[in-house]
Amino acid sequence: MKILLDILNELHPDIEFENHNKLIDDGVLDSFDIVSLIAEIDSEFDVAIPAEEIIPDNFNSAKALYALIERLSDED
Amino acid sequence: MKTKRVLISFVMACLLLGSLFLMERLLMPKYVSGVVEGSLIEEYYSESGKHDVIFIGDCEVYENISPITLWEEYGIASYIRGSAQQLIWQSYYLLEETLKYEKPEVVVFNVLAMKYDQPQNEAYNRMTLDGMKMSPTKLKSINASMLEEESLIDYLFPLLRYHSRWSEVTKSDFQNIFKKEKQFHNGYYMRADVKPVESIPKGRKLPDYQFGDNAYYYLNSMVELCKENDIELILIKAPSLYPYWYDEWEFQMEKYANKHDLQYINFLELIDEVGIDFNTDTYDAGLHLNVAGAEKLSKYFGKILREEYQIVDKRNNYDYVDIWKEKITFYNDIKETQYAEIDKYGSLQSFGGNGE
Amino acid sequence: MLFTSYSFLIFIALLFVIYYTIPKKYQWKLLLFASYLFYAFAGVKFLGYILLTTISVYLVSHKIDKLHQMRTQYLSKHKGELSREEKKEYKLSIKAIQWKWLLFTLFINFGILAVLKYTNFTIANINYLTQAFGNGRQLSFWNLALPMGISFYTFQTMGYIIDVYRGKYAPEKNLFKLALFVSFFPQLIQGPISRFDDLSKTLFKEKSFNNKSVNFGLQRIMWGFFKKVVIADRILIGVTTIVSNPDTYQGVFVFVGMLFYALQLYADFTGGIDITLGIAEVLGIKVQENFNRPYFSKSIKEFWRRWHITLGTWFKEYLFYPISVCRPMLKLSKFSRRIFGDAIGKRIPVYLATLVVWFTTGIWHGSSWNFVVWGLMNSLVILVSQEFEPLYERFHNKFKIQHTFGFRSFQVARTILLMSSLRLFDCYRDVPLTFKMFGTMFTNYNVNILFNGDLMNLGLSMADYIVLLMGLVLLLTVSLIQRNGSVRSQLEIQPLVLRYAIYYSLIIAVIILGAYGVGYDSSQFIYNQF
Repeated sequence: MKILLDILNELHPDIEFENHNKLIDDGVLDSFDIVSLIAEIDSEFDVAIPAEEIIPDNFNSAKALYALIERLSDED
Repeated sequence: MKTKRVLISFVMACLLLGSLFLMERLLMPKYVSGVVEGSLIEEYYSESGKHDVIFIGDCEVYENISPITLWEEYGIASYIRGSAQQLIWQSYYLLEETLKYEKPEVVVFNVLAMKYDQPQNEAYNRMTLDGMKMSPTKLKSINASMLEEESLIDYLFPLLRYHSRWSEVTKSDFQNIFKKEKQFHNGYYMRADVKPVESIPKGRKLPDYQFGDNAYYYLNSMVELCKENDIELILIKAPSLYPYWYDEWEFQMEKYANKHDLQYINFLELIDEVGIDFNTDTYDAGLHLNVAGAEKLSKYFGKILREEYQIVDKRNNYDYVDIWKEKITFYNDIKETQYAEIDKYGSLQSFGGNGE
Repeated sequence: MLFTSYSFLIFIALLFVIYYTIPKKYQWKLLLFASYLFYAFAGVKFLGYILLTTISVYLVSHKIDKLHQMRTQYLSKHKGELSREEKKEYKLSIKAIQWKWLLFTLFINFGILAVLKYTNFTIANINYLTQAFGNGRQLSFWNLALPMGISFYTFQTMGYIIDVYRGKYAPEKNLFKLALFVSFFPQLIQGPISRFDDLSKTLFKEKSFNNKSVNFGLQRIMWGFFKKVVIADRILIGVTTIVSNPDTYQGVFVFVGMLFYALQLYADFTGGIDITLGIAEVLGIKVQENFNRPYFSKSIKEFWRRWHITLGTWFKEYLFYPISVCRPMLKLSKFSRRIFGDAIGKRIPVYLATLVVWFTTGIWHGSSWNFVVWGLMNSLVILVSQEFEPLYERFHNKFKIQHTFGFRSFQVARTILLMSSLRLFDCYRDVPLTFKMFGTMFTNYNVNILFNGDLMNLGLSMADYIVLLMGLVLLLTVSLIQRNGSVRSQLEIQPLVLRYAIYYSLIIAVIILGAYGVGYDSSQFIYNQF
C-alpha cells in the first residue's frame, strides 16, 4: 500500500490520496494518469491490469486500487 | 381542478393556433402591388351574379379579353378565371371548381397551355393555387401541379412556405391582413400603357412539336366535363405574338377540334379582321394586349358568341343591371387613372406598372 | 428521412400516439418496427448490412456466453481436484476460444465498415502513387454507398460484444431486443453511441404515459429544432460561401468562417442530439448525454471530454486502454525505460496509444487526408500541452491568477480558437489548401471587410445576422443557466404565463425564423454520413 501511495503521489503531489475516494468521479486521475499508473504498477508489483478492469470502481480510491492489485496477483 | 387544467390547456392551444393563424395571414403575399396577378383567383369567390361565359387559361385570357366590353356591347355576362402561367390541369380543376358555383353556357379555353406537359414553376403554382378555397378539387390540382421538391403540407399550411418573408413585411401586409380591396373585376387585368411591337422574333426550332400525353389527358377531361354539363367549349388561341405559336401546334389543335367537333379560333390569323394594331394595342411589344386591344378583341369575339352561340342579351335584366353598373364605373375609373398616370409620368406607375 | 423533414415529423407524431395507445408489452416491438421502417426509408438495400451486424453479434455473443458458463460449471464441478496452475490454464484456454470468436466478429463488422468507407480513399491514394512513381495505371473507383448510420451502429454494437467478452454483462437473449438496441432510430443517424447496460435499462421497459417526461421531451425536441434550423442551417450559408471560394475569401474571412463554422457545428450537432434525446424522453427512454457545455472547456483535453462524449468514451475504453495497457506495450515501456531512461519510457504507451486513437478518430470522421491530419493535429496539441503541464503549474504558482475570471475566460477563448482552427481541415478541399488558408489569416490583415459591407455578400442579410446574434445570446444564456441544473426543471417552477410565453416563442421562432423551405437549401445533418 505504501508503494502504491508513493506512485500516486509522484503523479499528483498536491493530492491527499489516502482519504480520497472519488479520484475518477472528481477528475483527479485522467486517462493519461491511469495509463502511467498501470505501467508503474506493472513494474513495481508485476501485476498487469487489463483494460476491462479500468472502471471507476477500481480507481476511485487508493484502497480500491490496492484491492484490485491484490486480487489480480492472487489470480495469477 | 381537473376541469381547470383542461380549460387552461384549451385556452393555451387556442392562443397558439390563433397566433400561428395571424402569422400566416400576415406573411402570405398580398399581391396588392407589383405582381398583382396573384390576386386574380381568390377574387372569384367575392363575385356576385351569374355568368354566361367563363374563360379559363393563362395571361392570354386575363389580359386580352375585357368582360366589360362584352357586357357593354352585347349584354354578355362573363368571368375570366385566369392566372399567370396557368397550366392545363390547373385550368381543368378551376373549371371543375367553377361549375360547383355556377353553370355557364359557354366555356372558352386558351390553348397556349397545351405546350406544358409537366409542372413548371413553384411561384406560378402558388399564384394559381393559393387563392383557391380549400376543397377536394384544390387538393387534386395541387397534386397535379407540384414539382418534385414541393410538398403538400406547404400548401395546406402556407405559413411553412412564406415564413421567411418575416424580414420583408411591409405596412401593406398589415393593412391587407384580413381583407383586401378588390383589384379586378371579372378577372380582367387592365393595362392602358403602350409599347409597340418592333420586331417579331422567330420561334426557335424545337426537338419535338407533339403536345404531351398529360396535356391531352386534361384537354380530353375538359371536353368530357363540358359535355356532361351540357356546356359548349370553345378553344381559342389569343392574338399574342409570342410565346411563339408553331404551325405544328396549330395543326394539332385544328385536328383535335375537328375530331371532337369543337370550334377552334386562332386569333393570330384574324388580326386584321379584329382590327388589332400592334403599334398601339399592346403594352409589352406583343406579349399581351392593352385595354385598347382587349376591347377590340372582345367586340369581335362577342359577335361570335352572340351569333353562333345565341347568348341572350341581359342588359335589360334587372338581376344583372345594378351589378354591372358598378363594374363599369370601376372599369372606367381604373382606365382614367391609368391614362392620367401615363400622361403625367410618361409610363404606368401603379397596377403592376414600372413605378413598382 | 432527415430529422428536419416533414415526413420525419409526421413519423414521430404518429409513433408517439401509437406508442402510448397500444398495450405496453408491445411498446418495444413497435420501436423495433419503427426503427426498421425508418431505416428502410433510407434504402431497403441497406437493411442487409444492419441485419448482418445484428445477427453475427447475436450468435457470437451467445457463443462467448456459453463458454463463460462452461468455464464456471467446469470449475465448480472440479473444484477440489484442480491445482491452481491447471485452473489458470483452463481459464486461458477458454479465453483463447472466446478471443477468436470476438476477433472474428470484429473483423467482419469493422471489415464491412472499412470496405464501404475506405475503399475509394485507398484507391485514390494508390492511383496517386502509381501516377507519381509507377506506370500510371489507374484503378477505377467502386460504386459504394454508405448505409445510413453504419459508423454509429457498428461502434455501438462492437462495444456491446466487447463488453460481453469482458464479462461485463450477460448478452441479450432476445434477438429482437438486440435488434432494437442496434437500430434504435433516434440515435441511428448521429449517435449518441450507447452502452447496452445503460440503454437497456429503459429501452425495453413498459412505459405508461408520463406527463412530465413527454413534456420535457417535447421541449427538448423544440430546442433542438431551434438550434438546428434557426441557427445552424442559417449560418451554414455563410460558411459555405467562404470555404467554397478560397480565392476570394482569405485572411479575416477565414477567421470569420472559422468562427461561423464553430457555431454552425455546435448548433447542428448538439441540436440534433437534443432532438434524439428529446424523442427518447417522450418515449420514456433515457439515452446518455453527448455534450456537456463543451465550449466552456479550458483545454483541448477537457474539450474532448465534453464534446461528443460517447464517442470519446468508446475510443478510450475500447482502443486507448487496450492498446496502452496491453502486455506488449507494458513490455515495450519497460524495455525503453532501460534504453532511453524513465522520462521517455514512461511516455511511450501514452504517446503511441494517443496517436493511434486520434488517427482512428480522424479517419472515423471521414475518409480523407484532411481528417487524418485533423486527428493527428489534435493529438499533437494534447500531447504538447501535456508536456507543458509542469510549466503551467509553475506559472500558476507564481502568479496565482488561474482562478480569476479573466484568466479562465482566456483559457476558454484559447480552447475555442484552437479547436476552431483545427476544424479548418473539415472545411477546405485538401490539406495543402487548409494550411494555405490558415496562413492567410496571418498575412492578410483585411480587417476592413468587417465594416465595409462585405459580410453582407456572404448570402446572409442583415436580418440573418440579427437572428444569429440573438440566437447566440440565447445559446449562451441557456448554457449559463445550465450551470445550476436542468433548464427545463428551472422553467417548470416559473409562473404559467411566463412558461407558456417561452414555449410559444420557441415554437413560433422555429416556424418563422427557421432556415427551411424554398429559398434555403435543405442541409443534411453534418454528422449524417459518418
